[in-house]
Amino acid sequence: MTALPTRKLEAWRYTDLKSLAAISFADSAPAAVPDNLPDLGIPRLVFLNGAYNAALSTPPAYLSDFAAVAEASSLPLALINAEHARDGITVKIPENTDAGALLLISHASATSPLAFHPRHRITLAAGAKLTLIEISTGTGIYWHNQVMDIAIHEGATLAHYRLQDEDEKSFHLATIRARIAAHAAYEAFTATIGAKISRAEFHATLLGPYGKTHLNAAQLLRHQQHADFTTVVAHDAENCASRQTVKSVLSGHARGVFQGRIEVARAAQKTDGYQMTQALLLSDTAEMDIKPELEIFADDVKCSHGATIGALDPEQLFYLRSRGIPEAESRAMLIRAFLEEAFEPVTHEAAKTLFDGAIDSWWTRQ
Amino acid sequence: MLEIQNLSARIGDKEILRGVTLTVPDGEVHAIMGPNGAGKSTLSYVLSGREGYEVTAGTVTFNGQDLLAMEPEQRAAAGIFLAFQYPVELPGVGNANFIRTALNAVRRARGEPELDAVAFLKLARAAIKNLSMPDDMLKRNVNVGFSGGEKKRNEVLQMALLQPSLAILDETDSGLDIDALKIVADGVNALRKPKFSALIITHYQRLLDHIVPDRVHVLAAGKIVRSGGPELALELEAHGYANLEAA
Repeated sequence: MTALPTRKLEAWRYTDLKSLAAISFADSAPAAVPDNLPDLGIPRLVFLNGAYNAALSTPPAYLSDFAAVAEASSLPLALINAEHARDGITVKIPENTDAGALLLISHASATSPLAFHPRHRITLAAGAKLTLIEISTGTGIYWHNQVMDIAIHEGATLAHYRLQDEDEKSFHLATIRARIAAHAAYEAFTATIGAKISRAEFHATLLGPYGKTHLNAAQLLRHQQHADFTTVVAHDAENCASRQTVKSVLSGHARGVFQGRIEVARAAQKTDGYQMTQALLLSDTAEMDIKPELEIFADDVKCSHGATIGALDPEQLFYLRSRGIPEAESRAMLIRAFLEEAFEPVTHEAAKTLFDGAIDSWWTRQ
Repeated sequence: MLEIQNLSARIGDKEILRGVTLTVPDGEVHAIMGPNGAGKSTLSYVLSGREGYEVTAGTVTFNGQDLLAMEPEQRAAAGIFLAFQYPVELPGVGNANFIRTALNAVRRARGEPELDAVAFLKLARAAIKNLSMPDDMLKRNVNVGFSGGEKKRNEVLQMALLQPSLAILDETDSGLDIDALKIVADGVNALRKPKFSALIITHYQRLLDHIVPDRVHVLAAGKIVRSGGPELALELEAHGYANLEAA
């Protein structure tokens, strides 16, 4: 197996996988069928312990069979994934087709340490549309090492909403690569609530003019949780726009990481790149690490980034309480308001409800 | 309704209230006037339960309950409403959602059934109309981008919907033009009934032309130094606060 990345690599400076490396994981395990799998009234693909479960799934017509591929990059986790990948979805939306929404569920039930490495491929032909809603949950000690490769052809739009709500003993490492053609759009939002250590690493490449992408995230972490949101946005063509709004709410000893890199190629004139990260620390022992990187080779571009870290505003809290709203509910309202902007790309009603519920449940766990 | 006995309070080492004694009976409107720095706002914050104020002596009884032992939200449920001098902006919180959450929290605490979104909107729209406020007031984020007058009117809207038994208006008149002043006054006057009292904190007499108080008290250097009828406000307007402490 390819070695796990260590903190000696710049890209892994803030996320230490030593505790993952110390565990020996089984490659498969019989799965328990969970009660109450989410049902959003849209086609649903269910993976249990990393394996596709046909009985629980309602596949759409545009799904094809899994086929293994070689890994071209040198990303350690993608290489490990390629060595172990045995399943994953392959979706191809035909030209000018609005495929509606698709729900992808990963559920783990690990009684002893288990690793699974799904490899998903999503292709939207020119002018196609899809909303992909992903939920990752489970129980036990496990390692979900996902790779998703996305190709969005000219004028196509993919909305990609991810809810990472894994067991707090688990590891969730996702590598998502999106290639975005001219006039195409990739609208992504990740909510990170679960896992002991997690990372969502996005590589979005804007290949043709007038492409756009949102890579937004909300992290809600408590106890000893560690979550890393790493993005690399490559502007390879002119007149493209990228937007990133990352909001972190951290309590206990939780640690959030945001590494955001924007690369603007010489040809990518009139690039509009924006990156904002804001953290709300609910305890003195929570930590947020932020590393923005702008690498710009074109001369006519608009790129900005900003970062703020703060606590709940006592004035706002008192205002709400003075109106009769109990303290816990007041805090929840302010946190929800703080997160609001990150939710901007989420336009699908069922997805909105899903995320609202997840945030409420995070709050009531406190 | 409200009985303040010998109340002293400080922020850090700074003594602000130095033995305030004041009784507001049911159904009465009292005004508290006084120069800047007299402790007017501190009094309103101590009564509404804001953190950062240390009560060093005295008692406050509200309808027989020990007010100082209650959390801010319990005071609101018991019927206290503070109209803020500087209403707080809440970006990301819709005004309708905010007021409905507050109303339902208070109704829950009072053992009344909660209102659903439809019933609330009906009630809120009627209140808005009565206060001559623009309809979009409910759709916007709480106080975000509101003018000074709109913020104060939003306080009055909340007050109208929460139906307090004691309203404390902390310099609600400051920064208001005459039309907004009338709207605010109408909002308070509409609530006047035997079981409603108000404490109107103000620097100037002009709000009291529209909300005629039963009693006027002068707060200076942390103490009530004079009390009288509405005519006291006119006297202060004419002669200022300069020689009060000697009086």
